[in-house]
Amino acid sequence: MVPVSYYVGLSAILFIIGALGVLIRRNPLVIFMSIELMLNAGNLAMVAFTRTFMVLEGQIFVFFVMTVAAAEVAVGLALIVTIFRSRHSINIDLMNTLKG
Amino acid sequence: MSIELILFFLLALVAVGSALGMLFSRSAVYAALYLVLNFGTVAVFYTLLNAPFIAMSQVSVYAGAIMVLFLFVIMLLGTQSVPSSEVLPWQRPLAIILAIVLAAEAGYALFTRAAVSGSIPPMTETFGSPQAVGRALFNQYLLPFEITSVLLLVAMIGAIVLTRKEKGNR
Amino acid sequence: MHLSEAGSMGLFFLAPWVVFFPVIGLLANIALGRRWSEKTIGAVASAASGLAFVASALLALSLAAHPEPVRWLIGEWIHSGNLQLDWVFRVDTLSVTMMLVVSGVGTLIHVYAIGYMHEDVRFKSDPGRFRRFFVFLNLFIAAMMILVSGDSYLMLFVGWEGVGLCSFLLIGFWYEMDTLGRPSWANSDAAKKAMIANRIGDFGFLIAAFLIFTAFGTLQFDGVFEAAKGISAINSPLIVMITLFLLLGVTGKSAQIPLYVWLPDAMAGPTPVSALIHAATMVTAGVYLVARSAPLYVAAPLAQLIVATVGAITALFAATIAVGQFDIKKVLAYSTISQLGFMVAGVGMGAFAAGMFHLVTHAFFKALLFLSAGSIILGLERGHHHLAHSKRGPASNKHEESFDPNDMRNMGGMRKSMPVTFWLYIIGTLALAGIPPFAGFWSKDEILADAFGEGFTLVYWLLTAAAFFTAFYMGRQIWMVFFGKARHEAAAKAVESPPIITVPLMVLAILSVIGGALNLPGLHTLTGWLEHTIAFIHPGEFQFNVALISTGLALGAIALSWFIYGLRPMKAGQPDPLRVALGPIFTGMNRKWFVDEFYQAVVLNPYRRLCLFLSEVIEGRFWHDWFHEKVLAGTYNFLTRIALNRYADQRGIDGFFNGVGQWTKDLSAGMRQIQNGFVRSYALAVLVGVVAMVSYLVLR
Repeated sequence: MVPVSYYVGLSAILFIIGALGVLIRRNPLVIFMSIELMLNAGNLAMVAFTRTFMVLEGQIFVFFVMTVAAAEVAVGLALIVTIFRSRHSINIDLMNTLKG
Repeated sequence: MSIELILFFLLALVAVGSALGMLFSRSAVYAALYLVLNFGTVAVFYTLLNAPFIAMSQVSVYAGAIMVLFLFVIMLLGTQSVPSSEVLPWQRPLAIILAIVLAAEAGYALFTRAAVSGSIPPMTETFGSPQAVGRALFNQYLLPFEITSVLLLVAMIGAIVLTRKEKGNR
Repeated sequence: MHLSEAGSMGLFFLAPWVVFFPVIGLLANIALGRRWSEKTIGAVASAASGLAFVASALLALSLAAHPEPVRWLIGEWIHSGNLQLDWVFRVDTLSVTMMLVVSGVGTLIHVYAIGYMHEDVRFKSDPGRFRRFFVFLNLFIAAMMILVSGDSYLMLFVGWEGVGLCSFLLIGFWYEMDTLGRPSWANSDAAKKAMIANRIGDFGFLIAAFLIFTAFGTLQFDGVFEAAKGISAINSPLIVMITLFLLLGVTGKSAQIPLYVWLPDAMAGPTPVSALIHAATMVTAGVYLVARSAPLYVAAPLAQLIVATVGAITALFAATIAVGQFDIKKVLAYSTISQLGFMVAGVGMGAFAAGMFHLVTHAFFKALLFLSAGSIILGLERGHHHLAHSKRGPASNKHEESFDPNDMRNMGGMRKSMPVTFWLYIIGTLALAGIPPFAGFWSKDEILADAFGEGFTLVYWLLTAAAFFTAFYMGRQIWMVFFGKARHEAAAKAVESPPIITVPLMVLAILSVIGGALNLPGLHTLTGWLEHTIAFIHPGEFQFNVALISTGLALGAIALSWFIYGLRPMKAGQPDPLRVALGPIFTGMNRKWFVDEFYQAVVLNPYRRLCLFLSEVIEGRFWHDWFHEKVLAGTYNFLTRIALNRYADQRGIDGFFNGVGQWTKDLSAGMRQIQNGFVRSYALAVLVGVVAMVSYLVLR
């Protein structure tokens, strides 16, 4: 039996990698993918805890997260496409007009 | 060392490796493909964790739909090489430092407070089965379920509206 | 007015009318005079004065039947604390005597002035000023009447000030000219001098009045004299001070040493003014004051001695100056000062009857002399006018603008051109010189006799010497003016004056001749009359040797003057024989013994320098320029502009509030950097927050 802390550790690693990806990469698509990775890491931890405490709610929650992530990806990618249409570039550093 | 543990480490290695691959790959397509691998690995993990329904959902929704969608958009936008000039030079080192700090904290938390209190209930056969999940979804969690469907509808409409080409007189 | 008592009081209800008639006259002239002819104006004024005379005469008659003093109240005045005074007319023998003199001589002079001013305003080219003269004359009569009929020192002072004002107005009648008619400050300066010299005297009078009130609690005559009886000590310091301060007032008003200097300058006024005010009436107010205050003076023999000595010294001093004068009116002016000295000496010695007697006779013959001199001056003016207008061509323009009709050196031989005036002048001269049986002899002699008899030896000799000089300068005047040959064409062409001028003179001449009958030794009519008022009067004895000496000296002086001036008459341009004989002494006499220069140097110039110092240095430079500008304004400006405005307000308050705003702006500008628009930095911020929270949770 694998201790749940291993799964949580793995989830933490994946999460940190995903966070790094959001911060470091400049391609918005890769950033988006990193966000998905982070969500996934959270799901993993959730399922591990479900298994440990025999509570099904965790899996239900993961189900909903997945659904929402899917919806989010749809809208996000539509946004990126729209931005690309007006900017003709996908360098995230060029999208800095919302500033003070 | 049980077989589960070995399997776990192997799979963990693949998962982390593919994640790193996604992080460091120059091409967006390769990054997407790495991520697909990662998702698959995570699906296997789900299976190991007695969540077969979730595992199948992961494969079909995440790896199958979402990543495909990503690949479509990557193709659509073209894989340009991002210019190497750095606008925020201080950001990358700082991010790495923070990530290391976070990792350290996580490690610290795991190693000092990892003990699970209370007894662990025994595993049943039908724990993570689709029937169980479905039954829970449609009985206790009906409202969130319905709301989520509305959310999906909204997302669909949003995506369509956003990508519609503007008419001349708008 | 207490009409119910009128029946039993005789005609005393007429008392206020001696003032009211002249006031009505002057008001009528003010209101309606613009439309009247000169004759009407003059007639109204003379009638007012004449009616005052009639009222005085009726009062005299009533007094004759009832000789005790009568007090006639016409209204309340001051009722304040201890000071209780009313407008009360006092009718007693002394005041009635003065009233008769003032209104009688005054009326004659009013009539004379109609003719005189008619010509004078034409010589000075301002006929419109005729009315003003008569308004002022009536005002003077009214004020003088208040003075002599007042029942208290304060009411007397009202009249005192009033006549001072009229003197100023009338001396400065031709205020924009000098005596020759040229534009100048001279006349108004003379008026100012009179006013100021009188003011100094008034100061003395007021101090005396304050002392009287403080000591006796009242200013009313009866009350004062009653209270004064309570002071038994002879020469008590209080009485001496009061009487000496009154003397200061007397020297101002009656032109004694040291305040006489205004009277010669007052000759700048028209001749009727000189006659009325500066010979007959106003200047006698001082003498009247001493006579009125007899109980006070009798209680202080020291003061009496001082008064008599001052009077005597003045008499001699002025007489010597008169010898050296060339202006016909100046001679008479100094003569007036000298004769006033006689009067003051008389009443000072306690010979109140003698003093008053001389006052009355002097009014007659001095008015006569002045008016005759006026007649002569007019005659000269007529002659000069005649000459100036008859000759055509450059020669007539050469006729001097500076022709002085008053200067005796321009006269000579006038007895042929103006015979009537000549005889009138002779009568006046003899009266003044003290030749019996003219009026002046009796009155002057009584003073001399009293001086001799009462033991005022120094006073006696001074007065006798003055009498000698009096005769001398009058003789000199007669020979210079009327005898010899005319030294100027104008004198030769002089025309005699019309009757309106000469008739009043004749009346005065008659009075000068018979006036001695008022108080002949033995009869003592005036003495007995005045005795009802002044209890200290006693008839003087006739001293035969005194009379002999004085008459002899007078005749001798006239003879001497004939010898010097009559035997070899002066020719035009020739210097005065006395100057040749006496040299510097004559210069001294001619230049008034430099008294005016002395006053200028010792009093006026230091005073002016003090005033300039006070005004320019103290008031101007110190007070205004330094203190106000630098200290007060500077401090204030410093406080407001620099301390409060610049530092407190601008730097302090504005700085603080602006600073707060600026600091907010800087803060926000700094904090705005966070929103750089880069997604990645926002994400980093989120990560920072996450790390912080996790740290907190983990390390808790």
